[in-house]
Amino acid sequence: MELLECIHLSKEFDNKKILNDINFKIPRGKIVGLLGKNGTGKSTLIKLINDLLTPTSGDVLINGKNPGVESKRIISYLPERTYLDKGMRVADVVKFFEEFYEDFDSDKAYELLAKLELDKDMKLTKMSKGMQEKVQLILVMSRKADLYILDEPLGGVDPATRDYILDTILSNFNEGASVIISTHLIADIERILDEVIFIDKGKIVLTGSADEIRKKEKTSIDEVFRRMFKC
Amino acid sequence: MKFNFDNERPIYIQLVEQLRIGILTSEFGIGEKIPSVRDLAMLAKVNPNTMQKALAELEEEKLIYTERTNGKFVTKDVKLINNIRDNLAKEKAYEFFSNMKKIGMDENKTIDYLRELIK
Repeated sequence: MELLECIHLSKEFDNKKILNDINFKIPRGKIVGLLGKNGTGKSTLIKLINDLLTPTSGDVLINGKNPGVESKRIISYLPERTYLDKGMRVADVVKFFEEFYEDFDSDKAYELLAKLELDKDMKLTKMSKGMQEKVQLILVMSRKADLYILDEPLGGVDPATRDYILDTILSNFNEGASVIISTHLIADIERILDEVIFIDKGKIVLTGSADEIRKKEKTSIDEVFRRMFKC
Repeated sequence: MKFNFDNERPIYIQLVEQLRIGILTSEFGIGEKIPSVRDLAMLAKVNPNTMQKALAELEEEKLIYTERTNGKFVTKDVKLINNIRDNLAKEKAYEFFSNMKKIGMDENKTIDYLRELIK
């Protein structure tokens, strides 16, 4: 059984098709890039997988079942926008995660926080955007999940921080787990991807192994993407 | 060992090339145990699956071998390593001569030039 499968998945808002007949499978142990320009349906797709929206038609299957209580236990999700109460200190948020998720490993979270020199007694409001994003990512990666879904994890951070974030993802995803990274910053992450899913105007326009695509097109994933979606 | 990649070519092929050079330069010594797939992947900052693929390729070339319970080791076959070094040297030398030709130096001139240069 596949870890994640989308079958003829569509989503409409006000009769407008945001996602149109999406089909793909993600097996265990893969890092997959969900790549597309802004406003092409990436976040909608991610919300459907996380049970924050319901499909207009078609199915999302996680371990063969529709999203729900069970899937939330095994999916660690980094949303595009934070839902954390910024008045909290880092240590409070860690405690919150510890109480909320059975698979949360506080020791690991503190170890990663220390490694990135983030002060556990600092309030989130006092932190820069980059620091906040690091904290959020650490929380998400400190769960022993089966599937990590990261929506624009590189969003507002500088290139040096991007490297930190990629390192953190690479060295902390559970063995046998899969990671979905949604982004439009392809050049920065393509090195760590097994597979890519290109999405445009609510449809999948290309899927495949990152290295196979490089071999075939004799260029980077970033360049393939640019050529395909030239404005 | 330091790894460098461009995004234009398959990452696993670049890994194979760089690991191969690591073996030729004794960064990974003859008969030595090499780090685990995961550790190597972290070192190169690549996906463990990609590293796995690169190691499988080196295993195919017999440059490394797997001991069932102990992990992966560099070959003890010195002749094989020398062969691979020869092939690589040949490739580099042809490339060099062809580049020199492009700037108007034929083989004899190039060889004379090199002699002069290292005096």
